[in-house]
Amino acid sequence: MEPKTTSALLYLDAITVSFDGFKALNELSFVIEPREMRAIIGPNGAGKTTMMDVITGKTRPDSGDVFFEQGSYDLSKLDETEIAELGIGRKFQKPTVFDMHSVEDNLLLALKNDRSVRATLIWENTSSQQNRIHEILDTIRLKNMRSRVAGSLSHGQKQWLEIGMLLAQGPKLLLVDEPVAGMTDAETLQTAELLKDINRDRTVIVVEHDMAFVRELGVKVTCLHEGSVLAEGTIDQVSTNDRVVEVYLGR
Amino acid sequence: MSAFPLTRLLDNASTIFLALLAAFAIAIPVLNLLVPAGSGLHVSTYLVALFGKYICYAMLALSIDLIWGYAGILSLGHGAFFALGGYAMGMYLMRQIGARGVYANPILPDFMVFLNWQELPLYWYGFNHFAYAALMIVLVPGLVAFVFGWFAFRSRVTGVYLSIITQAMTYALMLGFFRNNFGFGGNNGLTDFKDILGFNVQAEGTRNALLVVSCLALALSFLICRTIVTSKFGKVLVAIRDAEARTRFLGYRVEAYKLFVFTLSACMAGVAGALYVPQVGIINPGEFAPANSIEAVIWVAVGGRGTLTGAVLGAFVVNYAKTFFTSGWLAPYWLFVLGGLFVAVTLLLPRGIVGTFEWWHERRAEKKITALPASAPHAAE
Amino acid sequence: MRSFYDRIVALVLVAGILFGGATVARAGAYEDALAGFTTDSFGDTADAIDSLAASGDPRTGLLLEALKDQRLLYSVEAKKVFIKDQSDKLTDAATGEAVATPPSDIENVRLNNRVRGMIDAALGSLTLMAKEPGRRLDAAQAVFKSRDSSALHNVDKAREKETDPRVKKALTEARAAIILYSGDSSSPEDKIAAIAVIRDRGDQDALGLVDGLPSDLPPAVRQAAASASAKIQGNLALWSAIQNAWYGLSLGSVLLLAAIGLAITFGVMGIINMAHGEMVMLGAYTTFVVQEFIRARNPTLFDYSLVIAVPLAFVVSGAVGIAIERSIIRFLYGRPLETLLATWGLSLILQQAIRTIFGPTNKEVGNPSWMSGAFDLGGITITYNRLWIICFTLAVFVALLGMLRFTRLGLEMRAVTQNRSMAAAMGIRTARIDALTFGLGSGIAGIAGVALSQIDNVSPNLGQGYIIDSFMVVVFGGVGNLWGTLVGAFTLGIANKFLEPYAGAVLGKIAILVLIILFIQKRPRGMFALKGRAVEA
Repeated sequence: MEPKTTSALLYLDAITVSFDGFKALNELSFVIEPREMRAIIGPNGAGKTTMMDVITGKTRPDSGDVFFEQGSYDLSKLDETEIAELGIGRKFQKPTVFDMHSVEDNLLLALKNDRSVRATLIWENTSSQQNRIHEILDTIRLKNMRSRVAGSLSHGQKQWLEIGMLLAQGPKLLLVDEPVAGMTDAETLQTAELLKDINRDRTVIVVEHDMAFVRELGVKVTCLHEGSVLAEGTIDQVSTNDRVVEVYLGR
Repeated sequence: MSAFPLTRLLDNASTIFLALLAAFAIAIPVLNLLVPAGSGLHVSTYLVALFGKYICYAMLALSIDLIWGYAGILSLGHGAFFALGGYAMGMYLMRQIGARGVYANPILPDFMVFLNWQELPLYWYGFNHFAYAALMIVLVPGLVAFVFGWFAFRSRVTGVYLSIITQAMTYALMLGFFRNNFGFGGNNGLTDFKDILGFNVQAEGTRNALLVVSCLALALSFLICRTIVTSKFGKVLVAIRDAEARTRFLGYRVEAYKLFVFTLSACMAGVAGALYVPQVGIINPGEFAPANSIEAVIWVAVGGRGTLTGAVLGAFVVNYAKTFFTSGWLAPYWLFVLGGLFVAVTLLLPRGIVGTFEWWHERRAEKKITALPASAPHAAE
Repeated sequence: MRSFYDRIVALVLVAGILFGGATVARAGAYEDALAGFTTDSFGDTADAIDSLAASGDPRTGLLLEALKDQRLLYSVEAKKVFIKDQSDKLTDAATGEAVATPPSDIENVRLNNRVRGMIDAALGSLTLMAKEPGRRLDAAQAVFKSRDSSALHNVDKAREKETDPRVKKALTEARAAIILYSGDSSSPEDKIAAIAVIRDRGDQDALGLVDGLPSDLPPAVRQAAASASAKIQGNLALWSAIQNAWYGLSLGSVLLLAAIGLAITFGVMGIINMAHGEMVMLGAYTTFVVQEFIRARNPTLFDYSLVIAVPLAFVVSGAVGIAIERSIIRFLYGRPLETLLATWGLSLILQQAIRTIFGPTNKEVGNPSWMSGAFDLGGITITYNRLWIICFTLAVFVALLGMLRFTRLGLEMRAVTQNRSMAAAMGIRTARIDALTFGLGSGIAGIAGVALSQIDNVSPNLGQGYIIDSFMVVVFGGVGNLWGTLVGAFTLGIANKFLEPYAGAVLGKIAILVLIILFIQKRPRGMFALKGRAVEA
C-alpha cells in the first residue's frame, strides 16, 4: 500500500467508474475531514449512489484513489466486509433492516463485536451488550418496539432502526443515503437532530434530495453532476451557484 | 455455561418432538420383538426397516432445512452428500463380506473380481475398519461440500445459480459413479451385504438396533441444529437469508458462515446416507439422481422450511404418502400427486405445515398484545 | 457370388485382349509356370504365381481365381493341372479341354497365408485394366496395400493408359508404395520421389507406409521419410480437428435448440422453468402424432411431416406454456426458488401424463428422405440430418432475434423486461406480455422437440436429458443475452467433442460440467454479462 499524506479521513482522487461505456463517476475528487458532516446533493444519475458503492467496496473504481484514515487504507483494494471492519457504516437509500428479526436482534447483529463464525457460535448475551442496546434504543426512540419484528415497523421507524444499527457498529464514518425520503416533516426534523447528535463524535456523509433537510443540517454541501463535483460550499453558496440552479434546482 | 442455553435450546415444540422420537425409538422395537406376530399390535420387520428409512430421510430433510430454511441456500444436490455417506458405509459393508462373496475372494468385492481387477484400489484401503469408514462417512461429504462451497460462496454464486450448479454437481457425480472404472460397482452399486460390526444385517435384532441408532442420530442432529439456529450464529444466518448484502456491510464474512453451515449440513446428510444403506441393503448411482435431491427439498417445503420440526414432519408425511401410493393400484398416479404437491405447496402453503401453524399461533399471540392498552405512542406522532 | 465370378471371367478376358501383344511375345511362359503347382511345395507355388503374373497370359485370371477358391487340382503322375468349375467339371488348365476321367492321384493345390497374399496381389494387378473405373480404383488400392513388387510392371502399364485422374492418382501411389518397399532394386532417388507421392496422399495408410520403412535405408531416404511422416501427422491432426469441430457444431446446435427457449424464459424473464425440457418433449410427441396421422391417412406426405409438425409443435408447447404461466408462474414472480420447485412439479406431471397417454416406451419417429444419408467432404463424413439441424437452429435463432428486434411484440417484451412499471405506465399490458413471452419461449422449445425427435429417442424422459445442459448453456453464455446463448452453446458443444477423444464421452461430460462450475465461480453472470445497476435489480 502506498502511503499518502493527507489529514483527511476520506480522500477521493480522480475516481472514474463506467458501466458499459456510461461514466457513472468521472474523475470525482473530494475530501472529508475527521468529525465533519457533509451533505451531498445532485440530480438523479449524478453518481451519488455509485460514489457510496465505491467507498464501501461494492463497486471497484476503474481508476483513481480512495483512501481512508489519513491515507492509511486503500479502499479500492478491500472488499465490503473488510471496509465495514475498518469502521465505515452505510445506510442504504431503501431502508434494509432484517425484517424477520426483532428490533433488538437487529441491533445485536450490528453491535461492534467479534464477527467470526466461532465467536457467534459460542456467543452469550452479556449485560454490557444489553446496556449498549438500551442506549441506542433510547437514541433512536424505539425503546417500546424492542421485541417487535422489524418488518412490522413503519417506514420512518425502519430508517431510524437502520441509523441505530449504524451507531451500534461504532463506525468512524457513516454514509447515510436519503435518510428522510418518505418521512413526514416532523420525522424529518427529528432525523436532522439525530444526525447532528451522532455527528458529535463521528464523521457523517449524508446524501439527500430534500433541500429543507440539508438546510436544517447546516453543514458544508457538495453538489455532484454527471459524476463529478459541480460546486462545493455552504448551502447558501451552493444554492445560488448559477450552474447548480441550472442543472439541479431549476430556475 | 449457565443453564440458559438449555432453555434456549428446548422450546415447547422441540421438547415434544424429542419426547415423541424417544417414544418411537422404544415402542417400535418393543412392538416388533416382544409382541407376538399374531397380535394386532405387532409391528412387522418390514415396517421396522421402513421406519428406519424414514428416519434417515428425516435427517436429510433436517440438513437441507438448516441451509435452506435458515441461510437461504437452496441446494438441489444434497442427495449427493447423502449418497457419498452411503457409499462410504457400503464400502465398509462390502469389505465385511470377505470370502463369502460369489467369487470367494477374501479381499476383492465380487464386482472387482468380475471386472478382472487384480488388487484393491488405494481408496478402498482402510474401509475394512469400522472406525475408518465412520470417519470417511463424515469426512468425504464434508470435504466435497467444503471444496464446492469454498468456490461457490467465495465468488458469490447465490440463489438459483447456486441451485443449478449444485444440481450439475450431483449430476456429474452420478455420471461418474455409473462408470465401472470408478471402482464403486458401476450400475449395480454396492449390495449383498452380510453383516455390520459382526451382526447379520438381515437379522431382526440388527434392524431394530439400526432403527434406534438412526433415531439417536436424528435426535443428535436436531439438537445440533437447534444449538446453531438459536445462537447468534443462527441470527446471522437468517440475516444472510433475508438481506445478504446488508449483512456483509455489517462486517460479517458471509461466505465463511455459509461455508460452515453448508459443510456441516453435508456431513449430516452423509451420516443419514450411511445409516440408510444397511437398512435398505443397497446403494447405487441412482441415489445421485438430481430428481432425488429435489424431492428431498419438497419434504422440507411441505413440513415448513425454517422450522426444524417441520422438516422432519415433512419427510415423514411425503414418504408415507409415497409408500401408500406406490404400493397399490394407485402407483401410476404417484407422480401426479408428487408433482401436484410441489405446485400446491409453493402456491398455497409457502410456509409449510408447521410454519403455517406457528404463524397462525404468533398472530393470535400478537393480537393479544396489541389489544393491551398503553402500547407505546409512535415516536414521531 | 456367381455374378462376381462371371465378372472376373469377363474381366480377365478383356485383360487378355489388351495384353495380347505381350502374350505372343512370351508364349509358353504360362504353360511352363503350371509345372510349379504340381510339386506340393509352397515355395514352388509362389514362384509359379510370380511367373504367371509376369506372363500376362489371358488365362491367368481364371487360374488364379480357381487357386484362390481351392478349385485348382494337380496330378503328379499326369504332370497336369486342372481347374474345377462351379459345377465340379474339370478342365485341363493348359489346354482348356474338358477332362472326363480325372487321374487317380488328383489333389488340391494347397495354400498358406503367404500364397493367398500373393494371389490377391496378382489378381489385383490383373484387375488394374478393368473396364469400370471403380474396379480399377479398387484394384489400384489393393496393390497399394499389398505393395507386391511383381505388380510393378502391370501398374506401370496401366498407368500409361489410365485416363481417369482418380485412378491415375491411385496407381501412382500404388507404384510409389511398391518402389518404397522394393528393397535395393530401386535407387534412393526413386525412393525419395516415392515418399513425396505417399506424403501427398496424407492419410493413415500413408503414415503407416512411411513409418514402417526398414531402418537400413540410406540416410537421405530415412530423412525424407521422417519429414514426410511429420507432414502426414500434421495433416491427419488437421482433419481430425475438422471432424471434431463438425461434431462439436452439431452438438452445439442441439444444445442451442434446447437452450434457446430457455434463453427467453430464464434469460429474459428470469423464470426458472424446470419444465422446459418437457416443452421440448411435447414438441417431439407432436411430431410423432403428426407422422402417425400421415402414415394412416396419406403416406405420400411423409416427407412433409416435419414441415407440418414445426408450426403445430410451436402452438402445442406455446399453449401449454401460456396455460402454465397464467395458472401458476404469475403468482410466483420475484420468488425464483419457489418457481423452480413448482415448475419441477409440473415437469413430473407432464411426464407422467405423456407416459399415461402414449406409454413409457420409445416412440418411432421417422426421418424424411431428405434428412437421411450422408456425403463426404474432404476427410470427413457429413450426415444430412445433422446438417439440416444446424441450418434449422440458425434459422430459428435469426427469426427469434428478428422478432425481438423488429416487431411490436418484441419491443413490448424488451420494454417489460427492462422496466416493468414504466412499461405499464406507457400502456403496455404487462400481464399479457408476460404470458406471450413465456408462451414464445415454450413454443420455441416445442420446435426444438421436432428437430430433436430426428436424432434422439422420443420418450417421456426426453426433456430430462436436456434440462441441465440447457441451463448450463444459458448461464455460461450470460443471462439475458441471446448472442451469449449462441456462443455458449457452440463453445460447449465443441469443447465437449474435443475433450471426448482424450477423456471418453462420460468423463468428457463430467469435465465440461466441472469446468462450467468453475467458470461460474469466476464469472457468476456468464461470458456476456450485463454490467451496472440493471443487474442488481
